[in-house]
Amino acid sequence: MARITLKVNGKLRVVDTDSTTPLLYVLRNDLGLQGPKFGCGLSQCGACTVIMDGKTVRSCSVPVTAAQNREITTLEGLGSVAAPHRLQKAFIDEQAGQCGYCLNGMVMNAKVLLDKNPSPTSTEIKQALNGVLCRCASHLRIIRAIQRAVNADQSDLPIINYR
Amino acid sequence: METRTISRREILKGTGALIVSFNFFGAIPQILAQSANPSTAGLPATSLDSWLAVAQDGNVTVFTSKVDLGTGTGTALGQIVAEELDVPISKITMDIGDTDKTVDQGRTSASRTLEKGGPQLRQAAAAARQELLKLASARLGAPVDHLTVNDGVVSVAGNLAKNVSYGALIGGRQFNARITATGDGWDINVAPEVHAKNPKDYKIVGTPVPRFDLPPKLTGEFMYAHEVRIPGMLHGRVVRPPVINSKPSSVDADSIKHIPGIVKVVQDGNFLGVVAQTEWAAIQAARSLKVIWSAPATKFPANPEEMYAYLKNTKSFVERTGAEKGNAASALAQAAKTFEATYRWPYQMHGMIGPSCAVADVRGDKATIWAGSQAPFITRKGVATLLGIPETNVHFIYRGASGCYGRLEPDDSPEDAALMSRAVGKPVRVQWMREDEHGWEPKGPPQLITVRAGVDAQGKITAWDYAERTLPWTDARLSPMLASRQTGIKPDEQGVFLGGGDGAAYNFENRKAVSSGIPWMMNPNPLRTCNLRAPYSSARCFATECHVDEIAAGLSVDPVEFRLRYLGDDSTRVIAVLLAATKKAGWQTRPSPLPASAGSVATGRGVAVSGMAGTVVAQVAEVEVDKSTGKVTVKRVTVAHDCGLIVNPDGLRNQIEGNVIQGVSRGLMEEVQYDSTGVKSLDWRSYPIITFADIPDVDMVLIDHPGMPSLGAGEASTIAVAAAIANAVFDAVGVRLHEVPFTPQRVLSALNGKGSSDRRV
Repeated sequence: MARITLKVNGKLRVVDTDSTTPLLYVLRNDLGLQGPKFGCGLSQCGACTVIMDGKTVRSCSVPVTAAQNREITTLEGLGSVAAPHRLQKAFIDEQAGQCGYCLNGMVMNAKVLLDKNPSPTSTEIKQALNGVLCRCASHLRIIRAIQRAVNADQSDLPIINYR
Repeated sequence: METRTISRREILKGTGALIVSFNFFGAIPQILAQSANPSTAGLPATSLDSWLAVAQDGNVTVFTSKVDLGTGTGTALGQIVAEELDVPISKITMDIGDTDKTVDQGRTSASRTLEKGGPQLRQAAAAARQELLKLASARLGAPVDHLTVNDGVVSVAGNLAKNVSYGALIGGRQFNARITATGDGWDINVAPEVHAKNPKDYKIVGTPVPRFDLPPKLTGEFMYAHEVRIPGMLHGRVVRPPVINSKPSSVDADSIKHIPGIVKVVQDGNFLGVVAQTEWAAIQAARSLKVIWSAPATKFPANPEEMYAYLKNTKSFVERTGAEKGNAASALAQAAKTFEATYRWPYQMHGMIGPSCAVADVRGDKATIWAGSQAPFITRKGVATLLGIPETNVHFIYRGASGCYGRLEPDDSPEDAALMSRAVGKPVRVQWMREDEHGWEPKGPPQLITVRAGVDAQGKITAWDYAERTLPWTDARLSPMLASRQTGIKPDEQGVFLGGGDGAAYNFENRKAVSSGIPWMMNPNPLRTCNLRAPYSSARCFATECHVDEIAAGLSVDPVEFRLRYLGDDSTRVIAVLLAATKKAGWQTRPSPLPASAGSVATGRGVAVSGMAGTVVAQVAEVEVDKSTGKVTVKRVTVAHDCGLIVNPDGLRNQIEGNVIQGVSRGLMEEVQYDSTGVKSLDWRSYPIITFADIPDVDMVLIDHPGMPSLGAGEASTIAVAAAIANAVFDAVGVRLHEVPFTPQRVLSALNGKGSSDRRV
């Protein structure tokens, strides 16, 4: 067991865990952050995506030790039902999802895309999300949702306290 | 995080505030005592209180065992109840799939939720409204027919100030009213004597109400089965044999001793699993456990080629004949020209993005299960049989899972979790790993279909002979789950064979359609079968609609015009969707194929029609075929869809988009790889599915029939996709594809004259 300190959604969190544990299980089981999902454990589907230092990573394949001293953001860090991020709101407005299991990966990858490229073309959206699998096939709505978020009034952005 | 269920009594008191205030199912709950009044069929359908409850604040909780598999039916059923009660949709909470709180309305499958469950809830709500009006009549001193309801407030017509709310009338109390209800499951006929609203007065049904469940799904607040956490809960993983029908002959528990937090290696018959304090320890243990497995006693056909030969050459155990007319054999013999082809549809996967997952808490002779099963009462029965306890001692609580497309009708994970929980005396959460899910999910069976058609000298189809050979569409649904079979519980039947015939609407003078069920191995094996979205139908449509197309091309007739010749007065809805789809797609009337084009990329369009349980669909696919690589790109699919009364048009559009795109994936790229000992497609690389790069545009026309019942929309629009694509490929490049999926390699061999038609079994 090792004592690990993580900075998640702006807060410092301390966990005692086997140091070989992938970040995903620590987020879900130790920190109660269930936005990131287990899909494959193989970095093939994207359901477990979180943002680490501004980049998307597959948390199923990142050892928790590699996440120390990094800024980690999960789906919960973007917003909530009460105060959704503009991307989350755009997905709701477009009803972009069915079972919703893939949506964490879609939103988190879209977030990093928009951070780097505030007005992507639909081709750029498709490229950015191509590694995230959706079996219910809500792809068209997801593309529309991201386009809607791009066009949303920037003042809609909820204030998130990153310290 | 903890989980709880809110009892019916608390809902009446309005203490179910957490769920109600968020107004979505599966809010993050806390533990309270449960009130249970179980029977083997759930709560009595004849009690109005079994169906819904009105709280003091006027919120209405609807209790249903029709679960929402991510298709939005929970919202649509809520709309139906809100409509009948005249309450705003925001006042509705759906309490779904709890065997202690619901009537057994049968399993959620075959796209029959709105068709079967919708009227049950509509009639129950109409009966509740009647009771509420009686109470209001007494309270307001006005006859019932002088009362109106608006947003859950009953007023005297012409004197709206004289009013009383539903909450004030009954809030916190039970109706204690009996209603009529006969029949079981899907077929419970609820309060048929009660008049429901006239559809022309609908204000909520028919509108695009946003789904209750999507906001929390987008923020991490939705309670999936995967999210359930119980105090004291441990983590389990299954250890499945590496090859079929193999048994653990020796298990070395010491081999995982070095992993911290191991609780137990659980062996029960041939079932094997590991339980640990943490999820990561359980995963490592399942990977590291040293097991010597027995040599497999049986073998699969070694590859798809051998599988099709097995289907062709094995004696059937059941034969089902579809619509038969005239004498197809003699008409074929007399035909001026005949057309024959054999079509193949491979083993395909459901491919849930989130693998199977359940939590079980077995305490003595009682058990509680949390999972995403499509059939709460069937899962409950299976767990009870496995544990040897009465059915009513098992409490099943539904939590949404990954989209499953039929896979969770036989839900295996509750039984895995139950065995492990019993072995350690604590709650255990079991989640399958990706290779467990790909390897051991029950799969959609392969189909081999030969069609022989005869045409007379005038170019009219006079003979149609359709012969299909396939495995049971599910051996898994009614039979024991994997863990049960591993512990020695034997299936008592060969499996279920569905329907028969080609499903085509065409009026051929002489027609015969026979579907033959081929027996399949019933031991715990990774190629066991179960209903995969639109089971059997996609292949039947592929064979029929491609064959009709091939004949039309052979006679140089436009494919739409040719189809219309065989659609009669009994097919007006089929004709309507065919005309609507082709009009929307800008269909140019001409025979296929197009003349050979210069350049490496050819374009084409194809049409196909399908029907399922009363829903009719036509689709036009537009494709590009790269003649140098064989890659087929679907550019656009245009759908016309008629499923009777539309409850939620946006929910319907969402279903159609998903069905079409999933259909493109299955048509272009999906085929399970296996050899004689097991499944080789164990991850997403070896079983690729469609990604954003290949998504077509989807256009659609929805045809609404407010005077009709609602029919299914969960599967109907996936059926004709592969057929329409194959017909479009033929239009583009003039070669027929007889085998799904249409991989570049297969298209290239067809282009080079070594097509699948040359490799027919």
